[in-house]
Amino acid sequence: MQPEWIWGLGGGLLIGLSAALYLLGNGRIMGASGILGGLVDGSDRSLERLAFLAGLIGVPLLLRPLLLPAAQTHLTGNITLVIIAGLLVGLGTRIANGCTSGHGVCGISRFSLRGIVATIVYIMAGIATVALLRHVWGLI
Amino acid sequence: MRVVISFLAGSLFGIGLLISGMTDTTKVQGWLDMFGQWDPTLAFVMAGAILPMLVAWRLTSNRRPLTGGRFPQKAAPELDRQLIFGSVLFGLGWGLVGLCPGPALASLGYGGVGGIVFLIAMIVGMVAAPTLGAQLDRAANAA
Repeated sequence: MQPEWIWGLGGGLLIGLSAALYLLGNGRIMGASGILGGLVDGSDRSLERLAFLAGLIGVPLLLRPLLLPAAQTHLTGNITLVIIAGLLVGLGTRIANGCTSGHGVCGISRFSLRGIVATIVYIMAGIATVALLRHVWGLI
Repeated sequence: MRVVISFLAGSLFGIGLLISGMTDTTKVQGWLDMFGQWDPTLAFVMAGAILPMLVAWRLTSNRRPLTGGRFPQKAAPELDRQLIFGSVLFGLGWGLVGLCPGPALASLGYGGVGGIVFLIAMIVGMVAAPTLGAQLDRAANAA
């Protein structure tokens, strides 16, 4: 088993390549929340977006047994937390118009002020949440 | 052609998220756990993902996308309430369970019931977002 940072870097490069392919090929910014958001709120129900989702959901499912059979999400079993978190992530990424892929990967690499500031803000909010819930309240 | 490129990009994105550890909520929360046992893996994921995109953005100048059209214009460097408020909400949810939209989709096929519940709640949030965003603006303007 190689060190985990190699998997992180290698997987990260693939994420960047996929965003580069989407940008140079289709002229679009690869943002997961934007692609899904447009589909579910009806603002853009194109076949391209559906094809993107089909690959994003289907291919990891099919290839996981070959690549990383032990991979798990380790998601908390506390379903109330899961629902609150899902609502917050859905609301927040649409109000801010981007998430880790759109603002983070695509925005920072373009030196976009909005992308950089959004990324700093959601990472700080995430750090504060883990600090409070794990070390102060012992909830997670 | 556009549909094929989208499918390939989505597939590659999914594989990258899977092998990088982004779909493992323990790793994500470990990276956010600055005041505990910090796990640096995600910093490598971010660096790895930004590198190809630095090159890609350079390649966009004076060119057109492969399938025609135009490259997206860079947003004006203006910060607004919605960007900050939305990012705070997103960060709270991300820290709470360790999932963001891309990994939530990539792990849907093997993430169990919890992953499906998260996705449904996230979609509800996405659909409700324009209403809440507008209310936020009204409230802030009235204040």
